[in-house]
Amino acid sequence: MEMTGAEITIRCLQEEGVEYLFGYPGGAVLHIYDALFQQNKVKHVLVRHEQAAIHAADGYARSSDKVGVALVTSGPGLTNAVTGIATAYMDSIPMVVISGQVPTFAIGEDAFQEVDAVGITRPCVKHNFLVKDVKDIASTLKKAFYLAKSGRPGPVLVDIPKDVSAHKTEFVYPMSVNIRSYQPPGRGDSAQIRQAALLLMSAKRPMIYSGGGVVLSGASAQLTDLVRLLGFPCTNTLMGLGGYPANDKQYVGMLGMHGTFEANMSMQHCDVLVAIGARFDDRVIGNVEHFAQVPRKIIHIDIDPSSIAKRVKVDVPIVGELKLVLNELLEVLRASRQKPDVADMATWWSQIDEWRATGGGLRYKNSSEIIKPQFVIETLHKLTGGDAFVTSDVGQHQMWAAQYYKFNHPRRWINSGGLGTMGFGLPAAMGVQLKHPGETVACVTGEGSIQMNIQELSTCKQYHLPIKILSLNNGYLGMVRQWQEFFHGNRFSESYMDALPDFVKVAEAYGHVGIRVDRPADVEPAMKEAFSRKDDLVFMDFRTDPTENVFPMVPGGKGLSEVVLSEDL
Amino acid sequence: MRHIISLLMENEAGALSRVAGLFSARGYNIESLTVAPTEDASLSRMTIVTSGSDAVIEQINKQLNKLIDVVSVMDLSEGEHIERELMLIKLRAEGDDREELKRLTDIFRGRILDVSDHTYTIELTGARVKLDSFIDAIGRDLILETVRTGASGIGRGNRILSL
Repeated sequence: MEMTGAEITIRCLQEEGVEYLFGYPGGAVLHIYDALFQQNKVKHVLVRHEQAAIHAADGYARSSDKVGVALVTSGPGLTNAVTGIATAYMDSIPMVVISGQVPTFAIGEDAFQEVDAVGITRPCVKHNFLVKDVKDIASTLKKAFYLAKSGRPGPVLVDIPKDVSAHKTEFVYPMSVNIRSYQPPGRGDSAQIRQAALLLMSAKRPMIYSGGGVVLSGASAQLTDLVRLLGFPCTNTLMGLGGYPANDKQYVGMLGMHGTFEANMSMQHCDVLVAIGARFDDRVIGNVEHFAQVPRKIIHIDIDPSSIAKRVKVDVPIVGELKLVLNELLEVLRASRQKPDVADMATWWSQIDEWRATGGGLRYKNSSEIIKPQFVIETLHKLTGGDAFVTSDVGQHQMWAAQYYKFNHPRRWINSGGLGTMGFGLPAAMGVQLKHPGETVACVTGEGSIQMNIQELSTCKQYHLPIKILSLNNGYLGMVRQWQEFFHGNRFSESYMDALPDFVKVAEAYGHVGIRVDRPADVEPAMKEAFSRKDDLVFMDFRTDPTENVFPMVPGGKGLSEVVLSEDL
Repeated sequence: MRHIISLLMENEAGALSRVAGLFSARGYNIESLTVAPTEDASLSRMTIVTSGSDAVIEQINKQLNKLIDVVSVMDLSEGEHIERELMLIKLRAEGDDREELKRLTDIFRGRILDVSDHTYTIELTGARVKLDSFIDAIGRDLILETVRTGASGIGRGNRILSL
């Protein structure tokens, strides 16, 4: 039977088992919305801004192992989506975005709502397609889903002109897909894996550094086995939080610009470093030359060869799917009679414990007068037992959430790490809540970030999403203010958020519950009240200390051991 | 160091811009880039001349391989290879110069394709250095117009870039 391109598009989503489609209609996608209307398998979530559609699909994907899917119209629909697509690209999130395009005969004529979608998104997608013939829709979407989730995942855009979605053809969904120019890596090289094992056994000051790749590839169990088998310290990057349980004694905390003293010192001073699904980015190892001053052997395991030896020299590169590589490495280690030297390990651990004790760990001076932002996160952790889904926006609150919420499971911490997109938290929480109805979803945000997508409170009302929003409202763009205090002579240029709305009234205007919290003693009761409201979205407006800074801090361009600790301690 | 990178890619709309975009987005040099379909119409062959440290060249190779449309990549500079470039050059040819220019063209094994009262248009192929030397030998004063294709390269003997 012949079907229209629009009907084929929706059928493909059904074939892929798509549960939710996040989107916003417009002229170029009217046929697709019409086809969507006439079926009930794929549920559509109408956002209030296209950026939010992409973030919601992103949150859905990050909190599960599924591909997030979004649908936007041409022109401004697509350009609004670009921030979301770039966010997903930087963090390697599997996603398929379908955009409408003006009819093929109008392309290039500066038609109404025309934009070169493939051109604009090219640098921030894993791949993209412009479908010019209705016969190609099914095979293109099949490829798009395959590309999005295989290898190093990422967003894939499929641009469908309006006339193509109206034309008719037979629907055949390909059973399999073969792209001759694309062979994602599978197993790692066995010789390299054996070499890595030898290096690990001979280490005196070893360190395991794991990133978002571990979470994305579902290799947390293998990582945990490896760390425990070897008895080595383990640190997670911002993207890797939850990949190794934070409550484990071998966990030294997050590393990087706002990582723990012990994590950064261990990273700097180790003699054998294993990087797993991580990419040595600037916010993680700071100054590359400073990092390279200490001689150390580096084993780097990653699915993307271009991540290896990009910023640091690597001694044992292993390209492959993390699960397969780690399983093989575990086999080799278990079969080996050699073990890491007990005395060396004891010396190394006593050094790490010393760093833990002197440095810093994570401490702040609490107050009974003014709410400390760290205290809010600690309370959130206490009340949810470390098992909530926590989304965040970008800034100080993001770092405090990463530091003080102890994630013991992967896919619970949902944040924009690579691109650092303000406005990510709330729409991402919508995707998470839809994927996990009945679970606690907390959106940790600030009064700056939340206003970048606050219109989504309307979407939350429409779909009954009982998200708990914790806004750490310090009246400043806090991270900007912190850098201005440290590096720009206290000249707080444009970082004060003047004329803030009454967020309680805003929440109420959208039909939700708002609670304003001014005193430290009210933090826990307010949160308990919020969490007891199972069916309500509750907006908690915490008035926090505007002068609080995020510590420890490795200033930009400095080395990991040039860390600044809190002046309070 | 200068490298000549050859690649095969799907002959699809936009494939060239993916490569060009990669180079500009990541700040890599392009000295020249040539592209045309191969005997298999579904494939294009591209030759890119670039330069950079070993680390940069390694990244260029990896990033090119990562592009979905790119089928295979070979750094020709890593082994024996042949490099050729075509130049069309229009010279002011008047009086005594006409004989001298014809001699020079013969020495460089060029061909005069077009002659007018005041000009010669010459075709010359060779490696980049040969074309450069020809330009130097002529002298800037007599050159009216130069068109160069950029280098095309191919491996020697059994070094074959194929599917």
